[in-house]
Amino acid sequence: MDTIVFLILRRMRAPLLVLIVTYALTVTGLALIPGVDAAGQPTPPLSLFHAFYVLSYTATTIGFGEIPYPFSDAQRLWMTLTIYASVIAWLYSIGTLIALLGDRAFQRAIVERRFARRVTRIASPFHLVCGYGETGQALVQALTDRHQRVVVIEWQEDRINLLQIESHREYVPALLADARSPSDLEAAGLRSRWCAGVVALTDDNRTNLKIAIAAKLLRPEIKVFCRADSHDTEANMASFGTDHIYDPFDSFAVYLATAIQAPCLVLLYAWLSGLRDATLDEPIYPPAQGLWVLCGYGRFGKAVYQRLKAQGMDLVVIEADPGRVGLPAEGGVAGRGTEAETLEQAGIQSAVGLVAGTDDDANNLSVLMTAKQLNPKLFLVARENRADNQELYQAVGAHIVMHPSRIVAERIRVRLGTPLLADLERYARYQDHDWACALISRIAALVEDRVPDVWELTIDAEQAGAVCDAGTQGAPVTLDTLLRDPSDRDIRLPALALLRIHKSDRTLLPEGRVVLRSGDRLLFCGTEAAKWRMQWALRNCHALDYVQTGGDGHYGTVLTWLGRRLGWHGERRR
Amino acid sequence: MNPEKVVFGFFIVLALTLNFGFFVGELDNPDHHNGWELFAVVVVNLIATVLKFGDRTQIGAVLLSTSLVAMLQLIAAVLVWVFAVHVTGGGLTPRTTASIVSLTGGAMIANVISVVLLVVETFMLRR
Repeated sequence: MDTIVFLILRRMRAPLLVLIVTYALTVTGLALIPGVDAAGQPTPPLSLFHAFYVLSYTATTIGFGEIPYPFSDAQRLWMTLTIYASVIAWLYSIGTLIALLGDRAFQRAIVERRFARRVTRIASPFHLVCGYGETGQALVQALTDRHQRVVVIEWQEDRINLLQIESHREYVPALLADARSPSDLEAAGLRSRWCAGVVALTDDNRTNLKIAIAAKLLRPEIKVFCRADSHDTEANMASFGTDHIYDPFDSFAVYLATAIQAPCLVLLYAWLSGLRDATLDEPIYPPAQGLWVLCGYGRFGKAVYQRLKAQGMDLVVIEADPGRVGLPAEGGVAGRGTEAETLEQAGIQSAVGLVAGTDDDANNLSVLMTAKQLNPKLFLVARENRADNQELYQAVGAHIVMHPSRIVAERIRVRLGTPLLADLERYARYQDHDWACALISRIAALVEDRVPDVWELTIDAEQAGAVCDAGTQGAPVTLDTLLRDPSDRDIRLPALALLRIHKSDRTLLPEGRVVLRSGDRLLFCGTEAAKWRMQWALRNCHALDYVQTGGDGHYGTVLTWLGRRLGWHGERRR
Repeated sequence: MNPEKVVFGFFIVLALTLNFGFFVGELDNPDHHNGWELFAVVVVNLIATVLKFGDRTQIGAVLLSTSLVAMLQLIAAVLVWVFAVHVTGGGLTPRTTASIVSLTGGAMIANVISVVLLVVETFMLRR
């Protein structure tokens, strides 16, 4: 606000002074020069008021003529001067103003002001996303799809332009600024009480580090999420309390290891974290027995190697530049893996799976195509470095395609949107394949062929007022009660409780007879309709009374009395 | 010596002195108050106001506001004058003269505050 006004005032100072002085001089002159009447007799000069009036219409080139009487020649001489002087003064002023409007600094001030106003107008929790690269794009899309507010800071203008032409369900204010500077972070609402978290997703580790430090220093209580591509940075970020650090390569290695060991677990997680209205994925079964060939031993290759080796799998590593990145202790094959010879040396004919994990998409695709020719039964895992190559990876027939940006975005989205789901994933990792398969078939029965809706519930006065009241009145509510349909308690809602957190106890798949206590946190999955129907019992004490006991609530003294008179009792209101 | 400061101080003080010059005299006697002087007061006050534009300090903001007050009062005085002389044709009666002069009196107080602030600032920033 201030910047714009002050910019205008400062720039307009000189033109306005010129204008005032010109007016003052010309008005003075006009009010001193005598006029002449129709008979040629001299008349007194124009009054100051009339002089100002004449000047006002001449200077602005409106020109009514010689008012109130025809001028004397002396007056005309003065008017000639006046016209040139005043028109030039006006042109100068207006020219300066227009130049100011086109000025970059001025336009930037306007954009920043508009941005700041939009950020302050947000009246719901929002997340501050720094960096609008591929990860940022995917995260912003995912969050806005779930109707969460986001503010973006990005220092590349074309990416900001891209954001503005993309369609999001929520308006996303974006600022062209360097997220490393704390003042820009503040301008983007870091100090706002609605700011729920800062997400640092730039492709530069040091920038992410700087953002995390600034956010933790200025607002220690908010959550900070960071992307880190090296263990070094990760340790640095963790040292000052960054809440969640995501390493795409480690994340994928864990995913791949889980997919080999317990495919259902991966599928379960994919279903639960899927976007609304998506169809259910089919399970994939990577071979758990046999030799795997791993191409590329960089950050990605090392992470995958460690995880798979820990599971006792047979692995052969192919690396083009072993001198730079090294090879595992038991050795490997030197070569790019794009030619049949190297692959054969690694034993591709007898292998069951192949991971193409170099940082070059062309090489990865070439490895996949060559390997497929040599051994068509291979299970193919590919690392996709750029999102625009997605179609090529599909065409080549890769079974699992790993995209670093998307993995980080997905994990942060789940963490931000449904934190309990992220917890569930952590605890479920210790469950076995059969457990996950059983759960998957239960969910499939609930939701048919759509991705289940996943929602969290905290038993407190705001989200479950009726349940809290019932608890204090000595009629504690069980989980089973909540899962009954409030219009017919014999029907069960198509929903399932996945996780219950009671104080520090965590229960996976809590049983129906569990009594809900104030402060409990629950994670449900089911159809969207079930989610809304459940609200009745949570908030309305009559609905809760009905699902709990089957009894019909009374609606105040008068209706109770009327009901007794008219014999409504015993009937069930639907 | 900063020439900008000289010009700035010059116009602010001139605004006050001219204003005072117009103001002195019998309150309702038109002969004691010259129209040209009022014109000069308005012009100099306008210039002083524009000179105060764009100063982001606290004292700069107060200086600007005093000038805006002075302009408001002076323009009111000019309008009364123009109405009396040109519109209603009643001329400068003691009644209208009194209201014109008292309006400029108000403007003068604003100008006094302006000068006081200027002096205070000068003392505070003595280097």
